[in-house]
Amino acid sequence: MADTFIAKAEALETGQRFLASISGTEVVVFGHKGRVFAYENRCLHQGGPVGEGMILGRVVAVLDAEKRLLREEFSETEDQLICPWHGWAYSLETGDCAGLRGARLRKFEVVTEKGDVYVRTRD
Amino acid sequence: MEHLGETNLVREMAVGKREGFNSREHLRNAQLQAEARGYEDVLIVDVDAHHYENQYFGEIFKYIEDPVLRHLALQREGNPANILFTAPNNQFNAGRLLRYGGIPHEAAEGKEHPETTRSRRQREAIGINYQVVFPTPMLALGMHPDPQIETALAWAYTRWWTEEVLPQDNSVKSMVYLPFFDVDASIRMVETFGEMPGVIGFMVTSTRYAAVHDNKYMRLYAMLEERGMPLGFHAAFNQQERLFEGMNRFISVHSLGFVLNTLIHATNMIINGIPERFPNLKLLFIESGLAWIPFLMQRLDNEYLMRSNEAPLLKKLPSQYLAENFYYSSQPLESGNMEALELTMKMINAKSQLLYSSDYPHWDFDLPSVIWDLPFLDNQSKRNILGLNSLEVFPKLKAEVLGKMKNG
Repeated sequence: MADTFIAKAEALETGQRFLASISGTEVVVFGHKGRVFAYENRCLHQGGPVGEGMILGRVVAVLDAEKRLLREEFSETEDQLICPWHGWAYSLETGDCAGLRGARLRKFEVVTEKGDVYVRTRD
Repeated sequence: MEHLGETNLVREMAVGKREGFNSREHLRNAQLQAEARGYEDVLIVDVDAHHYENQYFGEIFKYIEDPVLRHLALQREGNPANILFTAPNNQFNAGRLLRYGGIPHEAAEGKEHPETTRSRRQREAIGINYQVVFPTPMLALGMHPDPQIETALAWAYTRWWTEEVLPQDNSVKSMVYLPFFDVDASIRMVETFGEMPGVIGFMVTSTRYAAVHDNKYMRLYAMLEERGMPLGFHAAFNQQERLFEGMNRFISVHSLGFVLNTLIHATNMIINGIPERFPNLKLLFIESGLAWIPFLMQRLDNEYLMRSNEAPLLKKLPSQYLAENFYYSSQPLESGNMEALELTMKMINAKSQLLYSSDYPHWDFDLPSVIWDLPFLDNQSKRNILGLNSLEVFPKLKAEVLGKMKNG
């Protein structure tokens, strides 16, 4: 097990994102709504810098009882990380690809100790 | 650990900060791909990239010859809606694709034109040696209700492009926009610009109702065949196409729109025997992907065998013309089903007929890795598609590349 220091927690709270090279893998670390996430910074599509992307609520369709479309809205519970190259979208929580079942961004464990944020990797 | 400096803070990019946008930084992962795959000894020719010429209408409109049209255009140069054919558009995926907000703010290096800076940065990051660059909003001009606008803008744009920008960078090439509605004007474009440095072919925007087999075009085809310069049909989409009136989403119109006119033009070319009439005319279908070709091959072959009397000029099956007489640009490469893609590439003789294209910076661009990483292609096929086939299609480019090699 190894911990790689990323930044002070308060830096992440300001919205800054950080890149770390961990065993040859580029990992993006960022905070969102009080939590910290770490993913490999490589989109599963064509390798885009997914960690630079916009975070936006998943678009959901709202149907009525007769299955008529009433409206579309942004989910308040499910955010997505969206690759800025082509728009592939991933669940911020899990890294699951929105459009391709079974595809998932590589997620890294994040630990915070005494105000310092680390990415933890295990052999 | 690497902490990105102030200028590289990803968060700043993500929230839409536009000043300081740099195409090279945006494509840093592409550069890593290129280095990992060793493209330095691979010739990569991108036969379809773009710029947003509407950013430079202030420089372009002065070349409009007609004084009345020039006056009209110059009144609102920052808002081209008074002269272009425009429609709702969501290329930028509702802001999700960050370069759309950044590119217009990308600063030039030194005294060079901003397009030269942007083009070099993205070309070098991706690993491209030569790149054919096309306009973007002008791709819709084939639908303009006033054909004089297409003729006037084709002329003005090409003067600006060939006189002010192309001379700054030998790696950028042009297939000159032909105002296809007006054959005489198209011929004038060929005669005027055909020999200019950087011009390696000609282009017709596919989104139009023209019958490409009309007798009026035979002079033009003969002229291009004699010059050995290719004619490309560049696809686009038309949100206002009557067939698409029931389509409410960009994805729907784009998916069908980019192949609709290509299907029509290719069918008319084949059934009316254009490849037989002009066997050395090089025709290139640009930006329709590949999936439409096996579909058309099967449809046309099936019907041709029952109605060969309606296509008396043909000497082989329609599918054979599609596999032997036409060239195709690769993007957007439909790669969701590798078995289908492998079969498609066999059916179209990709090893000799397919040319890599990026379409950068548009929303669905492809990197060279979409070809390089295909498991079923041999090394020679990959090199052909990425660059060597282009040398056969563009003799002027071939002469330039061979000249460079000769001179070390």
